[in-house]
Amino acid sequence: MKKYSPPKNINKSQTVKEMNWFDKLAHPGQFLKWSKYLILPLSLITIALFGIGLWFAFFNSPEDYQMGDTVRIMYIHVPNAWLSQFVYMAMAVSAIGTLVWRHPMADVSMKVAAPLGAAFTALALFTGSLWGRPTWGTYWEWDGRMTATLILLFMYLGLVALWRSFDDQLRAAKLIAVLTLVGAINIPIIKFSVDWWNTLHQPSIISAEGLSMPASIYTPLLVMMLAFTFLFVTLHLVGMRTEILKRKADALIRKSVSQTGNKGVGK
Amino acid sequence: MMDFNSAIDLGPHATFIIISYLGVALVSFGLILGTILNSKHQKKRLADLEAKGIRRKSDK
Repeated sequence: MKKYSPPKNINKSQTVKEMNWFDKLAHPGQFLKWSKYLILPLSLITIALFGIGLWFAFFNSPEDYQMGDTVRIMYIHVPNAWLSQFVYMAMAVSAIGTLVWRHPMADVSMKVAAPLGAAFTALALFTGSLWGRPTWGTYWEWDGRMTATLILLFMYLGLVALWRSFDDQLRAAKLIAVLTLVGAINIPIIKFSVDWWNTLHQPSIISAEGLSMPASIYTPLLVMMLAFTFLFVTLHLVGMRTEILKRKADALIRKSVSQTGNKGVGK
Repeated sequence: MMDFNSAIDLGPHATFIIISYLGVALVSFGLILGTILNSKHQKKRLADLEAKGIRRKSDK
């Protein structure tokens, strides 16, 4: 059974009114209170963005002069590829929160983000492969971008497995935070691989010089990127709330078992 | 102006496009469903514990 103890940086004698905004953000009970008001607006924004994005993608964007209609795969491939890296960077920031500030929500954030990141990375590889076959003539190429993204998927899966293998989630958080930060070296490798090495993969479409495509193509792309980002934020928020409830239930069961010896409680 | 005919005709590589979108839809709905079911499960666990009188001092 997983052990859970209250965050160490929360002063138990401190009342909610005495907390500053950061403490309120950090306190799991307070997080549950304020975050519930965000779920519906975030869900509605996500649905609206997907509706607009898909309409643009299929009904209001031209085929590419080179790739033809397969350019429409880009509208789901690039957002998933973007999220595969963005989620990992969010985990790395959370890892710093765990190691430096012992932020009580940081390890919850890390844990919930890992399976989401794994799913988005798998989708980036899946859609990239299906896009590659008609445009490059191959489903897969062992080049820098694709190989580093595959490594990223394995890293996500490894982190998910680690979270599940530890009984003590607080100890797990410290170890996983260190591993997450070490693994963050892979993100710039993925990002700049297309500049460093010869590859079939096209260069970055978004750079310091701006977007290297016409408005009719980057509009659906940007809307879909926003839609997937809001999907992640919504799922992450709900997932964090669920993880707090899970730890709360686990703690109550442990307390009950230690008091009564009844191991069947809450199963 | 919306052109449904050209939008529905996805060209010679339509299969690749359709499978890509179906795969993404399947996994996305899976993530959403998994998140909702997990949330309901944990809420039910807590409600069951509360029904048995097991709760934190601060919740009493």
